[in-house]
Amino acid sequence: MGIVTPGFGLIFWTTLTFFILLFLLAKFAWKPILKAVQEREEAIDSALKAAEAAKAEMASLQSSNEQLLKEAREEREQILKEARALRDKTIADAKTAASEEAAKVLDAARAQIHNEKMAAMTEVKNQVAQLAIDMSERILRAELKDATAQKAMIDRAMEDVKMN
Amino acid sequence: MTGSITALGAGLAVIGVGIGIGLIGSRAMEAIARQPEAAGKIQTNMIIAAALIEGAGLFGIVVALLGNN
Amino acid sequence: MRGVSLPRILQGLMMNLNRFLLGLLLLAAPAAWASEDVHSAEAHADTAAVHVEEHATEHGASHAEEAKEGFDPATVIMHHIGDSHGWHLFDWNEHPVSIPLPVILYTDNGLVVFSSAEFHHDQEGTHVVEAGGQRFVNIHEKIYYASDVANEHGVYADMDHETHEVANAKPWDVSITKNVAALLFAAIVILALFLSTARSYKKNPNGAPRGLAGFVEPLVVFVRDDIAKNNIGHHYKRFVPLLLTIFFFIWINNLLGLVPFFPGGANVTGNIAVTMVLAVITFVVTNINGNKHYWGHIFWMPGLPVFVKPVLAIVEFIGIFTKPFSLMIRLFANITAGHIIVLSLVSLVFIFETVWVSPASVLLTLFISVLELLVAALQAYIFTLLTALYIGSAVQDDHH
Repeated sequence: MGIVTPGFGLIFWTTLTFFILLFLLAKFAWKPILKAVQEREEAIDSALKAAEAAKAEMASLQSSNEQLLKEAREEREQILKEARALRDKTIADAKTAASEEAAKVLDAARAQIHNEKMAAMTEVKNQVAQLAIDMSERILRAELKDATAQKAMIDRAMEDVKMN
Repeated sequence: MTGSITALGAGLAVIGVGIGIGLIGSRAMEAIARQPEAAGKIQTNMIIAAALIEGAGLFGIVVALLGNN
Repeated sequence: MRGVSLPRILQGLMMNLNRFLLGLLLLAAPAAWASEDVHSAEAHADTAAVHVEEHATEHGASHAEEAKEGFDPATVIMHHIGDSHGWHLFDWNEHPVSIPLPVILYTDNGLVVFSSAEFHHDQEGTHVVEAGGQRFVNIHEKIYYASDVANEHGVYADMDHETHEVANAKPWDVSITKNVAALLFAAIVILALFLSTARSYKKNPNGAPRGLAGFVEPLVVFVRDDIAKNNIGHHYKRFVPLLLTIFFFIWINNLLGLVPFFPGGANVTGNIAVTMVLAVITFVVTNINGNKHYWGHIFWMPGLPVFVKPVLAIVEFIGIFTKPFSLMIRLFANITAGHIIVLSLVSLVFIFETVWVSPASVLLTLFISVLELLVAALQAYIFTLLTALYIGSAVQDDHH
């Protein structure tokens, strides 16, 4: 009856065809295709993961490089700073040492001069005193050759005493 | 006579299905407009729902035509 | 209930749909297209008298009266979407030209094989073929044991005057009919397509897919991921080959059905026998894979009051059958309706008997054909998706 009664022949052939198709396709088409697709997916996945890992490694390498560079730079800074400090210190030390030495020398020289001066002064004083004594001796000798003179002298001295 | 009545019944069933699928379509469109990133999921569910309603409609038609014999 | 009356219901449905569509199109638009169907339409216009009788036997005498005049699109269309024992190509000088196909009958005396050409295009039971010591007649593409003498209409069979049902016995008919031939052709196309694709993977194991593989692979991955994995869950792997086969079987058959000339054009996936086999496969696969959980949800739905459970069990039990049944009807109805619409549009030229309708006819046919391309893929998708969904509900673990 028309188009809506399933015909036995077509049911038979459809079933047969479908199952043969299912068998052949499952074995010779779907299996290799699905396997290839899955393998490729896995390959792509692992490749992506490897790339990701490589990228991470690169990044870590880079950061460690940067770290190293930074450290090196810091070290250099440090060394330079130390050197500069050392230099400055050396210079300062030398300066102080020199000025101290100079001061010392000056002091010594000044003391020497002073000593010399004092010695010279003493010498001069002694000589002046000696000269004065000599002069006064001679003057006294010349003045007090006669008795009157001596007497006048004593008088003037006495007068002085009285006036005091 | 019964043929005309069953045809009416089938027509009524189709009206229901038409409204149902229309509603699904319109809501799915709204949903996609609201969340375009979920379009794939919405479409799948839309088609499933539409197919199920269509199935209900086909049953309606079948039942409507029961009187035809 | 279903077993007995369903075919009649559906037939009624299809007939009504057919009439309805034609009426609608006649009202709506004047509308042709060069193809097998046009040729066959022309042919049938000439040989309508024969078909009128065929039509009359299905619809009652009143239709025969009006159709006697000339071209009867309903007959042509019903003839096209049905099955036949020869592959009718076109008519030449008012003689039908068909490819004869083997008729294979399993009779009481064993297998009998002869060519469908021996019927000489007779479908009315007026021409008796003798083969294997037995006599057969072809009445509306069904083969019966012939009666010894013809009745008053020259038909070698006992026919009921009211219902026109043939009382003669039938041999088991496993002929290579038009649909079977188209099915086998589709099977060859499918095999060629996918085996060569598989070979290209062997040649080029981990490279990017090229050529055919580039076309097939996205579809395969789509079926695997979007249909199987999403709807079945983590047991999906062993159902993928079945789903792929169902998907491409339906799709390629749908597409070949849209090709208007020789190796295509048969209404394979719009034949209830084909969709029934597919639906039965879904039914069997779903239920033999049903786990404790699945049957539990059918017969004793958890989380409901006890008095509701038996009622729901009945509903769910019926649901086991209605699900594949709706799959069967959906595919059948969609594809058949597509063929009917295309043929109706083509028939407009012959209904109006003027060539001036042809631009409208061609344009509308083009439009519907493009739509049918979409429907071909969509129906394959829906069938596969729902199959996956049903299997998924059967093998799913604990969550609802």
